[in-house]
Amino acid sequence: MGQIKRLLRSVFAALDRAFDRPFGPAWNPFHNLGALGFFYYWIVAVSGIYLYIGFDTGVERVYASIERLTHVQWYLGGVLRSFHRYASDALVVMMLLHLAREFAYDRLRGVRWFSWITGVPVLWLVYASGITGYWLVWDELAQYIAVATTEWLDTLPIFGEPIARNFLARDSLDDRFFTLLIFLHIAVPLILLFVLWLHLQRITKPRINPPRGLAVGTTVMLLALSLAYPAVSHAPADLAKVPGLLHLDWFYLAWYPLFDLLSYKTMWGVAGVLTLGLVAMPWLPPLRRAKAAVVDLDHCNGCGRCAADCPYGAVAMVPRTDGRPFAQQAAVSDSLCVSCGICMAACPTSMPFRRTSELATGIDLPDPSLRDLRERVHEAANALGPGPRVMVFGCDHAVPATAIAADGVAAVGLPCIGALPPSFIDYVLSRRLADGVFLTGCREGTCNNRFGLRWTEARVDGLRDPRLRKRVPRERVARCWADHQEASHLAAEIEAFRRALSALPGPDATPPVAASASHAPVGAP
Amino acid sequence: MRYLGQLAIYAAFAVLIGYFSVAPSYTHAPTDRGEIKLSFSHGGQKRGGCRQLSAEEIAKLPPNMRVARSCPRERLPLLVEMDVDEKPLYQETLKPSGLSSDGAARAYRRFSLPPGPHRIALRLRDSDRSQGFDYEGGFDIVLQPRQNLVVDFRTEAGGFVLR
Ligand code: HEM
Ligand code: SF4
Ligand code: SF4
Repeated sequence: MGQIKRLLRSVFAALDRAFDRPFGPAWNPFHNLGALGFFYYWIVAVSGIYLYIGFDTGVERVYASIERLTHVQWYLGGVLRSFHRYASDALVVMMLLHLAREFAYDRLRGVRWFSWITGVPVLWLVYASGITGYWLVWDELAQYIAVATTEWLDTLPIFGEPIARNFLARDSLDDRFFTLLIFLHIAVPLILLFVLWLHLQRITKPRINPPRGLAVGTTVMLLALSLAYPAVSHAPADLAKVPGLLHLDWFYLAWYPLFDLLSYKTMWGVAGVLTLGLVAMPWLPPLRRAKAAVVDLDHCNGCGRCAADCPYGAVAMVPRTDGRPFAQQAAVSDSLCVSCGICMAACPTSMPFRRTSELATGIDLPDPSLRDLRERVHEAANALGPGPRVMVFGCDHAVPATAIAADGVAAVGLPCIGALPPSFIDYVLSRRLADGVFLTGCREGTCNNRFGLRWTEARVDGLRDPRLRKRVPRERVARCWADHQEASHLAAEIEAFRRALSALPGPDATPPVAASASHAPVGAP
Repeated sequence: MRYLGQLAIYAAFAVLIGYFSVAPSYTHAPTDRGEIKLSFSHGGQKRGGCRQLSAEEIAKLPPNMRVARSCPRERLPLLVEMDVDEKPLYQETLKPSGLSSDGAARAYRRFSLPPGPHRIALRLRDSDRSQGFDYEGGFDIVLQPRQNLVVDFRTEAGGFVLR
């Protein structure tokens, strides 16, 4: 499993780099797969409402009403029908890519199981929505789907009368069954929306809207496709005839040739094995999870920064329990915490300057703790040769620290670059532990912990608490986001940084300061 | 240049969606043959007839359930046979449905045949006889390519019917 993931991750990393060039990281579709999925969902919903208005629900008349929309009112009904179809297809593509990418980046094991597991019914619901949609058109393709689907369902011993008998002959069709279908085609997508809402319950600030550039590009693409190649029906259904040549929509209907190729019973097996396999995936193998973050009330002043920065909603601010004069305190939910350490870096008390050996902070990871981090910084600094000396802080999910260390370059790995309190940069430079600090982590848009890179940049650029202090010479701080395959690119960037450092005048004689928290006002960012 | 790259990717995606939404095409059944669909739902006769209960037996029943006759609910399985052009094509014993085997038995089978004239003969046994059949039917048909001919069974119509 690990091997498949690594292979797939390399594929996605390569795609990411390729798409970053024309789109840039913010617009890169691969960074917006879930958001694009939502966008297509909304397009399908809106175009669907219009189609429904023009739709005649009697089984005898439905085909004609869709033909009218398609051909007579081609400029609106026809275009919206094409939007409805093609956006549904794009939704499947986005969904499958999104699934594969979350799998490749291993965002499903441990406490992250929730988003994955709620994604599994989404698959069924999306297919059910699409299949009932094709069924409604009541053309030859719909007839084929109707017969195959009901025959498949009839192999389950739960229906009394075989439902396939509804599609036996012309006179066996009735409007009631058709009304049920229309109901399903509306109800299933609504249930899908509800499950998608569930899907995002453990994600803070989920990206559900694509950036404007992508939204516009996508809409223009759909419009062009709809005009150039409008969606049309097959010949009308006729139950006295066996459907002939079928133009399948392979995004939704690829299962149907399998019904013919294998047997219906086998296909229940396939569906069951696929579903159970997906459900089991978060535990294949179980994640040896790192310990959850822990709050130390003696150092927590209830500022709420950790809660604001946690990407998985694992920190809640609750009423104070220890009688100290603060309204709130942080509380971590173990079942939500992915041990990324972003909260630790967010806490204003995470300061390496204190002399105490019991370096403590309001919220800390048991492993690696703030104290471990400071020790590792010292060890790394001691091992550095003659200058210009660079201290690299990196993320374990990107290029590993061991692959970064080189002559004059020491590297300290973190569970996420977002776990680096900005005060450490100040600490390394003001204590002259190195001549420059270099930050690295996953490529933009691929952060394993969603916000590690975003918060790091905002903190270093002074846009978000805790901010990197103004006194830190910015020319001695550099960063480069690179995926695990870009070690040589990263090495080149670090080398360039070293050259730039050697061109700088020697570090001025700022005395080491036992600083307190950054000077920014304490409070919500 | 950047926008050209984006345009190329959007175009490729549109082609991908446009193509696979209708192609490659697929034929699920050969278009130069016809199909006979044999499908019906019919309850076999009850297993054994009703029986008069003795006074003791009635006394043993709970007071609110006392009846004079006991009728088994279980139905017999059906035996169905179909010959096409004098050759046996299908024979099956269909079990009654329902947890206590008291429901109708169901048949649903498709047969692909070359077009042209055919003689189909159908037989059904729904009683406990060990020889012969309770219903027999036959049809002379001319099957068209892609025709879907449905054979149903209705007691009230006297047996097998074409639909
Ligand atoms: C149309 C279908 C789907 C839509 C619209 C959708 C949408 C989303 C969105 C918007 C996010 C949040 C991304 C972020 O802001 O970081 C997300 C996360 C996630 N999705 Fe989906 N999703 C869909 C289907 C699925 C399926 C089928 C699976 C897998 C079976 C899946 C697995 C996940 C996982 C594991 C995460 C969590 C990522 C993390 O922990 O950072 N999704 N999804
Ligand atoms: S370690 Fe990460 S997931 Fe856990 S509470 Fe802190 S920020 Fe949230
Ligand atoms: S950031 Fe630190 S001080 Fe602020 S609420 Fe969280 S643990 Fe407490």
